[in-house]
Amino acid sequence: MIQLFTRDVVLSVRSGGGFGLALVFFLILVVLMPFALGPDQSVLAKIAPGLLWLGALLACLLSSDRIFGMDYEDGTLELLATSPLPLESVYLAKAAAHWFTTGLPLSLAAPVFGILLNLNLEVGGVLCLSLLLGTPALSLIGSFGATLTLGVRRGGLLLSLLVLPLYIPTLIFGALTVNAAALGKELDGSLIPILAITLGAIAILPFFSAMALRANLQ
Amino acid sequence: MLKVSNLSVGRGRISLLNDVNFMLKAGQALVLRGPNGVGKTTLLRCVAGLQDPLLGDINLEGSVAYAAHAEGIKGSMSVFENLKFWADVYGGSMTEEVLLAYKLNDLAQRPAANLSAGQKRRLSLTRMLVTGCDLWIMDEPTASLDAENIALFYMTIDSHLQAGGAALLSAHNDLNINAETLDLAQFCKARSIVTSNFDEPLE
Repeated sequence: MIQLFTRDVVLSVRSGGGFGLALVFFLILVVLMPFALGPDQSVLAKIAPGLLWLGALLACLLSSDRIFGMDYEDGTLELLATSPLPLESVYLAKAAAHWFTTGLPLSLAAPVFGILLNLNLEVGGVLCLSLLLGTPALSLIGSFGATLTLGVRRGGLLLSLLVLPLYIPTLIFGALTVNAAALGKELDGSLIPILAITLGAIAILPFFSAMALRANLQ
Repeated sequence: MLKVSNLSVGRGRISLLNDVNFMLKAGQALVLRGPNGVGKTTLLRCVAGLQDPLLGDINLEGSVAYAAHAEGIKGSMSVFENLKFWADVYGGSMTEEVLLAYKLNDLAQRPAANLSAGQKRRLSLTRMLVTGCDLWIMDEPTASLDAENIALFYMTIDSHLQAGGAALLSAHNDLNINAETLDLAQFCKARSIVTSNFDEPLE
């Protein structure tokens, strides 16, 4: 499982792997937003928490169909399915590698990008924490969607339609937490629902994903 | 090691091969022969556990490594890294000597994307060695190999069998190895569509 995780991370960082795509997409969104909305700092600070969470979410979705797509096309997935590694572990390793190369850098970069939207660093810290807890759920749900749309040509569209509704709870609780912090409220356990979604996804989705993989490899 | 009884396999609901029976003991190899589209790959996929058979039983003892048409080689990793990955997944060992089996030692550090079709196939055949599995299921293993490498392939299969392994191979022309050949054309009767409970009755 570790070996598959390491291999996916290595493949993603090497040329043609797509590492940085999510981060650059996120950066473009944040940089262009003040041009689109005007330079009013109070407006920017007001929408910054929601915007940063939405940007991170879309950036995660952007690379989701590659999680299994590449391995499916070149036959690696069939070979993995016949190896001693259970498909549940294959799913978890690949979702973890996706988070490590998209969710983690996005979470760490978000407070810095927040400065561009006039978000102060204290709120940026809460943003970073909420993303760190929430982006694993995004990667897990995205990977699950990728197992369902395996083998569908240009499955990215179908994947987005399937996955976006499942992303909504994470987005609501994530943006809610950061908005509350921006208004100067205490954290008061508002991170717990985000953590709950992530833990729930870890507990449930490997089994459904393995089922989907098995069905799609028939 | 492998016992296949009354096996029927198909793609979708169209049955391809019916009532296939064969047995494979340690130290034996079996070559499945047949024209294109007869169901060689489908049968191998069933034995490898990727696909459910329509009917019949597959009894398997020991560990299985499967080599499909698609070789699952990552172009941005080197030959050595590709093999190391599979050795780790199967819990096998990756040594420099393994590379000698198909003379990949000079290509070890080359990115797999730069390999020719024959070299990729040699990488895929070397992969079977690093898995350390008992039963090798290989789908047209000699495709895109030249005469010299086909000879190496025969040698590797021989030493695998002598070490107590077994091999199930498919081919559409003769393989010059010490193995039984099973002609699949005899199992290919008139193709029928398997009906299920969801089918509407035909008028």
